[in-house]
Amino acid sequence: MRAALDAVVAQVRAHPVAAFLLVFALFPFLAPYHALATQVLIHGLFALGFNLLYGYTGLLSFGHAAYYGLGAYGTGIALARLGWSSLWAGLAAGVGLALVGGAVIGFFCLRRRGIYFAMLTLAFAQLLYFIGFHLKEWTGGDDGLRGIPALPLTLGPLALPLDTSLRFYYFALALVTLAVAALRRILDSPFGAVLEAIRENTARAVACGYDVTRVKLLSFVFSAGFAGLAGALDALRLTVVPIEALYWTTSGQVVIMTLLGGAGTFFGPFVGAAAFLVLEDRLAVITESWPLVIGAIFVLFVLFLPQGLWGTLLQRLAPRGAARPAPAASVAGARPSAP
Amino acid sequence: MLEGTAAALAAQAFTGLVLGGIFVLLAIGLSLIFGLMTVVNFAHGALYMLGAYFGFFLLGLTGSFWVALALAPLMVGVLGLGIERFMVRRLYGRSVDDPLLLTFGLSLVFVEAARVIWGKTGLTLDPPRALAGFVDLGFVVFPTYRLFVIGVTAAVLLGLWLFLARTNVGLVIRAGSRDPLMVRALGIDVGRVWLLVFGLGAALAGLAGILAGPMRGVYAEMGVTIIIESFVVVVVGGMGSLTGAVVAGLLIGEVVSLTTFFAPKLADIVVFLVMAAVLLLRPSGLFGEAGLLE
Repeated sequence: MRAALDAVVAQVRAHPVAAFLLVFALFPFLAPYHALATQVLIHGLFALGFNLLYGYTGLLSFGHAAYYGLGAYGTGIALARLGWSSLWAGLAAGVGLALVGGAVIGFFCLRRRGIYFAMLTLAFAQLLYFIGFHLKEWTGGDDGLRGIPALPLTLGPLALPLDTSLRFYYFALALVTLAVAALRRILDSPFGAVLEAIRENTARAVACGYDVTRVKLLSFVFSAGFAGLAGALDALRLTVVPIEALYWTTSGQVVIMTLLGGAGTFFGPFVGAAAFLVLEDRLAVITESWPLVIGAIFVLFVLFLPQGLWGTLLQRLAPRGAARPAPAASVAGARPSAP
Repeated sequence: MLEGTAAALAAQAFTGLVLGGIFVLLAIGLSLIFGLMTVVNFAHGALYMLGAYFGFFLLGLTGSFWVALALAPLMVGVLGLGIERFMVRRLYGRSVDDPLLLTFGLSLVFVEAARVIWGKTGLTLDPPRALAGFVDLGFVVFPTYRLFVIGVTAAVLLGLWLFLARTNVGLVIRAGSRDPLMVRALGIDVGRVWLLVFGLGAALAGLAGILAGPMRGVYAEMGVTIIIESFVVVVVGGMGSLTGAVVAGLLIGEVVSLTTFFAPKLADIVVFLVMAAVLLLRPSGLFGEAGLLE
């Protein structure tokens, strides 16, 4: 039994992208309903982007709503306001805007290290929220950006309407799988090794001669790109961009999802997104005050289960003597001054 | 015409001083807690909100604004003591991000709890009759209550300064924010000082909340925007610097207030532009020492 389990774990570790595709190809039939499955997929991607920065680079951003929102508005404005007629061009506009936003805001935020970083990312995201709020002609302001057309998926001469939730799910799955593969590629590269070196010991990474600020900025921009793709997909899914896309609650949600699943683990963000959204879905039926329950659960996780659901599971499953999974960022870098 | 504009401008500048005072009370608490424990208290905005709601509750219970003004900050302070003692304390020795995550979770819980207990619609908190009118300052007629807020803020700042500069506990707090390891090596129980400072910071947030309540209304989300602005104040002033918190708090208060007068649409945004400018020109803040506490 244990041997079979170890074999499965080893296979998943060796082929994470294939494992991801397999699980999520079946996921709509396991989730309570299709729309929820798509939501898990897209928010999992959002959390994946956040996790690259927090879990793997050790930078806690409290403003990832900015890049998710830029992705959503970039796509939404291209399709609804500028009248672009290609799904791909619309997606590219969203991701491109998020990348640019990530580069500019990342440049500012990385001027301060440590705990300032979290506060600065939050402040810049709030700045974008207010800008979005006031630019009514472009964003729709308080009412949200409406009228995003449901364009068909075009590949060369082929055109496939994305008119059912299941079709849209598999379209999103294709893109999210590419993103997952891209993340795997980033983490397996020498660049990925430098990211983890920075997380574990920034001073040592500097001493090794790495341009730490540049590496952090690149990680920030990649992270913003993933978040932007998630926002762009959500704009297509909902055909509307609510102003809350840029609000700090969106930033908070992605933090909660990632921590619930397990920061610094490859699948943690998706596990966390699923846990959060299913919990929200179930709780909302019972009580209006579901944020109270989710907030309390989050507090308990920070206190007692900092490695999250997936991180804890990985630790339990790790064969003795074998390399353990990367620890959650929260256990790395303890302060010397604390008791 | 010109005279009217000047009077309106003066009134707006005074309003900026009031808003700045609220920022200062919040930023000093944040800065003290951060300076000593490297903990960013995300729940500070929620404690501010609870200060206003506790004030509303106590006013209803006792009928006296003065009792509410004295007791609400104390209640928030006690809550702060509990948060440090039973939650934040467990996280010392883990990453500096963990207390931030914890207090973020707590702020969600507090805001939602306030909605459950006091309802979703905002409440009004009436100032006492003695402070209800207006005072003619010669160049401008100003609400008495706002003058009172400026006075309370100044008095609290003076008291705080005396406490930090003249008492033994204040000495330990200042020493602890410089070099906690050395303070411990001298045989001082820093844990108790941390507990005290967390409670003190929370009480200041509660005080800011009940003071702001009659001016800005009492609602569950009232702490959200102001905590982000207070973060900006702390970044602009230089984290851990109390002088910086005071100067930057008043500065941001004035900037927001005057922008509201000249270009209302920019008022939400200008805070962040100031922050971006300070980050570019003086990354460690106006009064921060480069490399300190990072």
